Amino acid sequence: MQIQPILAALRHHKAGTVLIALQIALTLAIVCNALFIIHQRVAHLSEPTGIDEANLFVIDNEWADRLSEQQIDAQMQADLAALRQLPGVRDAAPANSYPLRGGDWDDFITMTPDQVQKTTDAAVYLSDTHLIDTLGVKLVAGRNFRPDEIEPMGMREQKTPPVAIVTQALADKLYPDGSALGKPFYAMSKTPTTIIGIVRRLQRQEVGSWSRGYAYEAMLWPRRLDMQQGIYYIVRAKPGQLQTAMDEARKALFAQSRMRIIDPGDGVLSFAAIRHRAYDSDRGTAILMGIICAVLLVITGAGIVGLTSFWVGQRRKQIGIRRALGATRQDILRYFQTENFLIAGAGVVLGAILAVGLNLWMMRQLATDRMPLPYVLAGIVVLLLLGQGAVFTPALRASRVPPVEATRSV
Amino acid sequence: MFAYYLDLALRSLKRNKLLTALMVVAIGFGVAASMITYSVFRAVSGNPIPDKSAQLFTPQIDSWGPQQNLQGEPPEALNYVDAMALMRARAAKRQTLIYPVELSVLPGGNRDLPIKAEGYAVYGDFFPMFEVPFRYGSGWQAPQDQSRAPLVVLSEEFNRKLFGGADSVGRVIDLGGNEYRVAGVTRHWNPVPRFYGLFGSSGFEEPADFYIPFTRALDLKINTAGNNSCRGNIDMHGWDDWLRSNCVWITPWVELDTPAEVARYRSFLEGYAADQQRAGRFGWAPNVRLRDVMQWLAYEHVVPPESRISLMVALGFFLICLVNTVGLLLAKFMRRAGEIGVRRALGASRREIHVQFLIEAGTVGTAGGLLGLVLTAVGVSGVGLLFRPEIARLAHVDLSLVGLTLAVAIAATVVAAFYPTWRAAHVQPAWHLRSN
Repeated sequence: MQIQPILAALRHHKAGTVLIALQIALTLAIVCNALFIIHQRVAHLSEPTGIDEANLFVIDNEWADRLSEQQIDAQMQADLAALRQLPGVRDAAPANSYPLRGGDWDDFITMTPDQVQKTTDAAVYLSDTHLIDTLGVKLVAGRNFRPDEIEPMGMREQKTPPVAIVTQALADKLYPDGSALGKPFYAMSKTPTTIIGIVRRLQRQEVGSWSRGYAYEAMLWPRRLDMQQGIYYIVRAKPGQLQTAMDEARKALFAQSRMRIIDPGDGVLSFAAIRHRAYDSDRGTAILMGIICAVLLVITGAGIVGLTSFWVGQRRKQIGIRRALGATRQDILRYFQTENFLIAGAGVVLGAILAVGLNLWMMRQLATDRMPLPYVLAGIVVLLLLGQGAVFTPALRASRVPPVEATRSV
Repeated sequence: MFAYYLDLALRSLKRNKLLTALMVVAIGFGVAASMITYSVFRAVSGNPIPDKSAQLFTPQIDSWGPQQNLQGEPPEALNYVDAMALMRARAAKRQTLIYPVELSVLPGGNRDLPIKAEGYAVYGDFFPMFEVPFRYGSGWQAPQDQSRAPLVVLSEEFNRKLFGGADSVGRVIDLGGNEYRVAGVTRHWNPVPRFYGLFGSSGFEEPADFYIPFTRALDLKINTAGNNSCRGNIDMHGWDDWLRSNCVWITPWVELDTPAEVARYRSFLEGYAADQQRAGRFGWAPNVRLRDVMQWLAYEHVVPPESRISLMVALGFFLICLVNTVGLLLAKFMRRAGEIGVRRALGASRREIHVQFLIEAGTVGTAGGLLGLVLTAVGVSGVGLLFRPEIARLAHVDLSLVGLTLAVAIAATVVAAFYPTWRAAHVQPAWHLRSN
């Protein structure tokens, strides 16, 4: 196949050629950036929390009347005892927060009491001896809290505990040699906290971009939080009894006392609902990018079909002449395919530059990550295939132009 | 002539339905994607208080020092000590401290269970400063702030929930186990983004339920429902330790009407920080900020990044649709080179060819705009799929969005048609008359 005559012919269709190439370039720039964003968001929202999500639900319990901290503590213990006795419930624990709840309590961690710059940042979960079993997290080293280690903690009281259970991620950050068990750290306190247990994986409360450098760095404190604002009860249902347990739990708590607020709408949430809510903007962005990519590819493809059809219509006579001079249908078909390949090739070269430029701009303006090269390569392949696919029908029609066309006029 | 050209345009568009449909669909989708994302973007990036945004400022004081502050920037709220010092100094015309509170409302009326209410602890200046509109009664004044009066201002929505919308001024309600007398009921008021309450919220919540005096809230030791951020070793055993700590949780706002007042307040802040340094409380040079509403919203990155990304991608998408339209119009117009040749030979000027083809493009643009309008309406109602509910709820189709959709679609298509039209008008009549 001769390239030279194709280029010569394109010189007569500068505008159309430039427009197709430009459209392919812009489409490539947007599509590979959009695919990159989709992939990132999907990866983010598929991160595991490390807990038994399928059987968990959370009750947002607020105290309605003004209670003393002792009264709150007593009521909380009674509530928990009632929850743990429910037939559909495996275990229940109080907590200040839970994974994916969104911004909550985190502490700077230092290795000495006088260190000013933090070593890292850890999410804080306050609970009792039941939290590990309730969440279904796996204790990989050390031990759980003992009942005598659990103490109540009131509002605006920083009772940093002498012992804590940390996640593997936090243990590795503090003691990279793997010797964390039994070692101390300082959580915004002059007194040390000793690591008595390590759990394999537990997600933080906050999963936004802010906490990305501290992913999975969390610690458990043996503290029951007696705050006027209320408490979360995390409940693990027996397998297959989630819905029953959720209904039972609400009733059981109101049977204990009616002076509490559990929102009828989102006061009791299954963990599936929590996950859905935590990642709704990620999911939304991925959906939007997906829709835009799909429509964009269709429109670009259709545009190529439209312009090529016009060219075929314009060149019927020339095609007829070529056929009369002995060119086969195959030759004509290949001519248009090669022509499209050349235009699309120019388009994707320009598009690759635009794509990287757009990514750099987004990195500066919107703090996104650097797009790896494979996305550009994948985009190039997709657009070249799209071009070939789109040009096929008009090219096929061109190849069916009969040689007699050459004699039609003049 | 317009009617004739319109008729020609419709005939021409009918001749190749597929090509026409393709253009209309491209314009429709492009404009709809842009408008849907724009409707969200304009809601989250708007000015919440347009006529006063340049007179309202939030002072920031670096009470953490260069090693613990936010990479050189002061903390985003004040601790209790600095906040009270600003209030006592009275260096601005109007000033308020703000923190969010959550209180329970005991059963009563037709409710048999307690409910939760969300509000703010504020000073009396809050209401005139932020131009809060009142349905009944009013806010309170400085003397009531000083006497720590048990007053409350209810929002219209909350008043409806508690009192069925009646004039409740003077009635007494129980919030969180304490009684408050209703001083006023606001009209619906919910500036979006909620610039005055960003410490611990995204800025896009439902309207607040109530406002109580800051001084009263402190007397009752009502905890903040917003953020609380501390540095260093925390030695805290209760409320009073918390007030003395370096924990920041209070948002201050001041009203400064003239540039001179702003300059004076700025030097007052510098002076305050310098005094603290001299007194040994701050071990660092003064580091203060005084941002107005729009500067504060920008600094706090209130516009969610996904909204900005979506808008950019949608605009890029629209641009591609337009490039596509340029190509298709070019094909469409040039196919009629013969017809143009005949018209030119019969005496039509280039200008008339221009007008004819721009009208044809305008027709395509109008059709694209109408399709875009339908898609925008569908998209805005389904925007809950794409954005967080609290943000999705802000997007709505109004008259300005309808107008903008149509205008953008038509204008963009006509602009896209400039080059194809120019090419059509420059068809050489002789060349086309020779064949055929």
